[in-house]
Amino acid sequence: MTFDLECRNVSKQFGDFQAVNDISLEIPAGSFFSILGPSGCGKTTLLRMLAGFSEPDQGEILIKGKKMAGIPPNKRPVNMVFQHLALFPMMNIGENIAYGLKRNKVPKQERDKKVADVLERIDLPGIENKSVHQLSGGQKQRVAIARCLVLEPDVLLLDEPLGALDLKLREQMKVELKKLQQAFGTTFIYITHDQSEAMVMSDQVAVMNHGRFEQVGSPQSLYYQPNTAFVAGFVGNNNRIEGVVESIVGETAIIRSDAGQQFKTTFPEATLHSGQQVHLYIRPEAIHIRRDQNVTSENHINGRVESILFDGGNSQVLVKDTESSQELTVSLPQTREFNDLTAGEMISLSWDIRQSNVFSANNKSEP
Amino acid sequence: MNGKKLSFYLLLMPLLLTLALLILLPQLDMLGISLRERVSYGVYEFSLLHYQAFFTEPLYWNTFVRTAVMSILATALTLLISFPVAWYIAKIAQGKNKNLMFLACLIPFWVSELVRTYGWMILLRESGVISGFLQWAGLADAPVEMLYNDITVMTGLVYTSMLFMVVPLVSTLEGMDDSLVEAAYDLGGNHFTVLRTVIVPYAVPGIVSGCIVVFMLTLGNYLTPTLLGGKDSLWFTEQIFTQFITRFNWEQGAAFGVLLLCLSSLIVWLGLKLSKQSFKQAMTSDA
Amino acid sequence: MIPSIPQSRAFQKTYAVYVGLFFLFLLAPLVVVAVFSLNDSLFPSLPWEGFTLDWYFADDRERRGLFHDGALLESIVTSLVIAVFVALLAVALAITNALLFERYHFKGKQFLYSLMLLPLVIPGVILGISILSFSSGIANTIEDSYGLDLEFLRPGLPLIVLGQFAFISTMATLVISARLRKLDTEMEEAALNLGASRLDVFRTITLPWLKPAVIGSAVVAFLMSFENFNTTLILAGSDSPLTITLFDRMREGSTPVLNAVSTLLMLGSGMLALISIFIQRK
Repeated sequence: MTFDLECRNVSKQFGDFQAVNDISLEIPAGSFFSILGPSGCGKTTLLRMLAGFSEPDQGEILIKGKKMAGIPPNKRPVNMVFQHLALFPMMNIGENIAYGLKRNKVPKQERDKKVADVLERIDLPGIENKSVHQLSGGQKQRVAIARCLVLEPDVLLLDEPLGALDLKLREQMKVELKKLQQAFGTTFIYITHDQSEAMVMSDQVAVMNHGRFEQVGSPQSLYYQPNTAFVAGFVGNNNRIEGVVESIVGETAIIRSDAGQQFKTTFPEATLHSGQQVHLYIRPEAIHIRRDQNVTSENHINGRVESILFDGGNSQVLVKDTESSQELTVSLPQTREFNDLTAGEMISLSWDIRQSNVFSANNKSEP
Repeated sequence: MNGKKLSFYLLLMPLLLTLALLILLPQLDMLGISLRERVSYGVYEFSLLHYQAFFTEPLYWNTFVRTAVMSILATALTLLISFPVAWYIAKIAQGKNKNLMFLACLIPFWVSELVRTYGWMILLRESGVISGFLQWAGLADAPVEMLYNDITVMTGLVYTSMLFMVVPLVSTLEGMDDSLVEAAYDLGGNHFTVLRTVIVPYAVPGIVSGCIVVFMLTLGNYLTPTLLGGKDSLWFTEQIFTQFITRFNWEQGAAFGVLLLCLSSLIVWLGLKLSKQSFKQAMTSDA
Repeated sequence: MIPSIPQSRAFQKTYAVYVGLFFLFLLAPLVVVAVFSLNDSLFPSLPWEGFTLDWYFADDRERRGLFHDGALLESIVTSLVIAVFVALLAVALAITNALLFERYHFKGKQFLYSLMLLPLVIPGVILGISILSFSSGIANTIEDSYGLDLEFLRPGLPLIVLGQFAFISTMATLVISARLRKLDTEMEEAALNLGASRLDVFRTITLPWLKPAVIGSAVVAFLMSFENFNTTLILAGSDSPLTITLFDRMREGSTPVLNAVSTLLMLGSGMLALISIFIQRK
């Protein structure tokens, strides 16, 4: 099987700085693939090598099975949507979209037809003669994508194009981008530091840190089964508790936190041993919150509400364990039950042993 | 990328050629000429004769010092006169008025220095407009000659330099947030302390680049001192011109050129040092 | 102080009067020049003898108007030719310089940039004499060894053009670089990414973006050249440009025809200024 895009052990160094470190990936045709990572993780460098703006020091890049080494950016079958879109201000929309066709010597009539078609497909028919500044942020976004898709590239690269939009529009564009990708069937490679963008749109997400891929997988697997502490901390929110492995019983480990509490957790592989320093991760939304203090559960804390961070559906409560003064962030369910919760109230928290993840503490690459 | 390398060298070439052929080699050549003495036709020897002449002939010396002092004075005066105007344009005038005033400041640039100086001659000469006005108003009973003295030369120099001070000042001051001034007042400052502690320090880059340009232009000026100061205006560029063109004594003229260049470099360097600015910042702040 | 800070009325009034006087100071000499070009007298001075256009159009022995003064007209043409060459050369070099400094990273870039700025702090007279002595030196050497007299290395139009070009190109470089700096490199990369060659990118993206700055700096370069005196004075040969002709006449004793030329110059510059402002706004 040939992939639309393949990287084999690609590395890139700037002076002493290893920007991209031995990356390999394979992307099947027609998928939406995201590279997610904090700024400076090397994702832009990787993308620029795919586009041909720089060459890898080691390794090779293949597009549709063809090696790309030495092929300049204007000869590669990939197109790119830039961070600030890079719509040419001195041309109107029609000229912008026709730009690549014109460079490929497509005759004028066919060009006009293709431009009209693609504008139709992005739901902006007949805007050829408008100038760039007459469009809204979302429209510019779509035009920038159309300008690439009209060339029918094998792969479309997107460099955080939603970064400049305001929150509402960004939410809307996420859905729209996904729809466009499905409609055109082109392989999208999307880089971003915003985990929500990556999760909502992608078939596959690679989480990148310090020039390496920490984990590649579906959004669900990244969320539920993070392989590394970095992924656990970067994808979604998490509470982190530091402690030591006290004992291991089958697939369950008992952790004693530095603050003195005891927690049980499952762990994926035989990677833990007694006495090991570990970090335990529990998502705020995985924690049950009850007013009844007499609950028995394998992981259970009685605590005092320190403060309520009200934010509609994303509201959270800061709770302090009465015994150890460990602080935990907990999602506040909007089921009416807790609408009158106030600071100072005593509540109980509990969670399933399969809902927490544990990683060795000497992992230096934590977010 | 090979194409990129090639285009780099193609772009580098014209600049290197220009700098080498029109700036660096001619300056070095001038230095070389200043350090030689003609022994006989076409035969030259290394000599410091022409620098010696400069230090032993009081006329040269005095002209040199006089030019430097007058240039510094003209620069300071230009700054003093321009600052309030720049402030008015940057902070007080609004909308259309502001644009109009700024454009008006540029007018002298659009008119040749020769024409500007000619205007002053018509205003100031014995049969000129101001003399006529004074007689008409009964303030003088005979025509007054106002040309050919130092004050007139100074007026002309300041006038010619004004724009090069106002423009960088306006662009620096416009970049200053009004709330800085408001905050300073809010914290108990008065007009003077706010000016001294907030506004002037903020404007330093503009002041420095304006002063350097004005100083350079004044020091190198030839027209204004010659036309407004007459025969005795004693400006150093006139000396250079006389040696080079009138007396055909290139060696002496080149030595004067080198001395003037040293003087201007020294003063610019001192100015940059005192104000802790870099040459590049100062030269590009108004562009 | 800024309008939001309270201050006395007297202070505000004084300040406004000061600014008014400044502009009077700025404009007075120019107005006087223009007005006296219309004085019906043999001298550009008081008393006012009445209105006339003689100093533009008359063709007598005593009063030769500007449009019949062959020497003046010729020197205007000379100046125009010089200015056109200087503007073209300066803008061409400025474009290559801007691309070099804004689009390439190389060793010694800072140093080269400082060297490029140098002509701004070399007095015009010195620039003139150094170029004159250097080119004469070359010309003499060639003449002595090959018996060849290279006319263009002697004072004259080519040397004037080179001398002015040496510092005017620096100014143009500053203007065009500033504009290029505002063009996000993303734009050029996007064009490459869409299949354009390097030349295509320059032709379809970079140059159209630079157009206002190119036109603006060409106009300014033209004017700076037309008005230049110091460097030109040293390098001028037998065909003297307008500023040199005017200077000579001014020292001989002026007639209102000089006012007429000056007025015409002001009108011309004004028109150019308006055109360039109009283009920059667009």
